[in-house]
Order: sequence, then structure tokens, then C-alpha cells
Amino acid sequence: MKRFALSEAPIDAASEKARLEHPAAGGCVTFEGWVRNHSAARAVTRLDYQAYGSLAESEGAAILDEACTRFELRAARCVHRVGTLAIGEMAVWVGASADHRDAAFAACRWIIDEVKRRVPIWKNEHYADGESGWLHPDDTPVDIPPPG
Amino acid sequence: MKIRLLYFASLADRAGRAEEIRDTVATNPRDLYAEVAREHAFAFTATRLRVAVNDALVGWDHALADGDEVVFLPPVSGG
Repeated sequence: MKRFALSEAPIDAASEKARLEHPAAGGCVTFEGWVRNHSAARAVTRLDYQAYGSLAESEGAAILDEACTRFELRAARCVHRVGTLAIGEMAVWVGASADHRDAAFAACRWIIDEVKRRVPIWKNEHYADGESGWLHPDDTPVDIPPPG
Repeated sequence: MKIRLLYFASLADRAGRAEEIRDTVATNPRDLYAEVAREHAFAFTATRLRVAVNDALVGWDHALADGDEVVFLPPVSGG
């Protein structure tokens, strides 16, 4: 089982968390990113996530490897959804277990930040007014294709 | 030489395709991006993009070879 995975199916957070377990670990910190119903004051009805799969998986694995170097961890994992997601669905899950809580909190935060910054996954927001737009940070939708 | 390009997100929308095979005289990603950006009217300057060749991130002066697969990555928005 890969430590970083893209998933077309809903994320099973319980089974992911179970894979963080280690007899020397004193705890784990997990983060769940959910699809929310608004973005920049616009009502959002659903999201599409598209990934450049092969590079996303290698970049995600590199982030988890780096996390294990930077922080005193027993395990670190991440799963990111691709495809169409409804409001409230879990888009990303991150977990880190460690002997002590400081490392687990810091690593979990660092991993989600790096995933958002580096892993080639893109979010297309579908708005209540029927428009949609790919987000390319500075987080504003750009390049809505010209008509025709 | 022939290069296979994959497009994602707004670049795919703008190009109207997810991939293309292009016969080009460009010898590095910098020149190749200038060529495809002109043709597809991409809004991004290269400074906002990263580039991958054969599934690995490379620099803009990386030497391209016949049959390479090239991806220009717009700013990502996972999470």
C-alpha cells in the first residue's frame, strides 16, 4: 500500500488511521480537507479534482519521505481524491504518528501545506450560477474558456 | 522531433485537448512553451508554470529528445 495515494473512491479515514499505528507512537494527528459550499463569496455546488497522476504520486511520496526526515515520526500517510466531489465530501486526508505530539502536529501541518503547494492536482469549482473555473493560486479562477 | 504534450486544468480547456503530438524545432521546454502558448493563446507566462519531462520535474533549459512527453504545470490547487 502506497503511503501517498490518489483515490477515485471515497477515502476510508479509519483504515488510513489504522496504518499509522506503531507500538512506540504516543499519538497521531490527522487532517481532513472537506469540500465546502462557498469560495470567495460564491456559492459552490461541487468540485472536480484533476491530477497529473504519475507525477502527483511521485511528488506526494517525496513529501512524505521529506516529512519523515524533518520530523521524528513513526508513520505518515496522505490520500487525495480525484474526480467529482459533492459538498461535504473528504477531498484529502493526512495523518502522522509520532512518539510525541509536537512532531505529529508539526508534520501533519507541514505535509498538507506541501501537498497544496507542490502536488500537481487542480480543482475546478462549479458555482451555483452554472459557471465553473479552475483554481490556479492566487486562488482565483482563471482562463474560463472563450465561448465557441 | 516529435514531442507528446499533456495538458491539465485550464491549459487543457484553452487548448481544447488533453494531449497532442507536435513536430517541433524547439530544443528545450522554454522554446516549446513559447510555441504552444502562441498557438493556443495560453494566458500564463512561463514564470508561473513548472515543467515536467517524462514524469520528472525539470528546468526550462532541459534538452528535449525525440519522443519525450512534456507537461506544463499551471499553479496547483489540490487540498
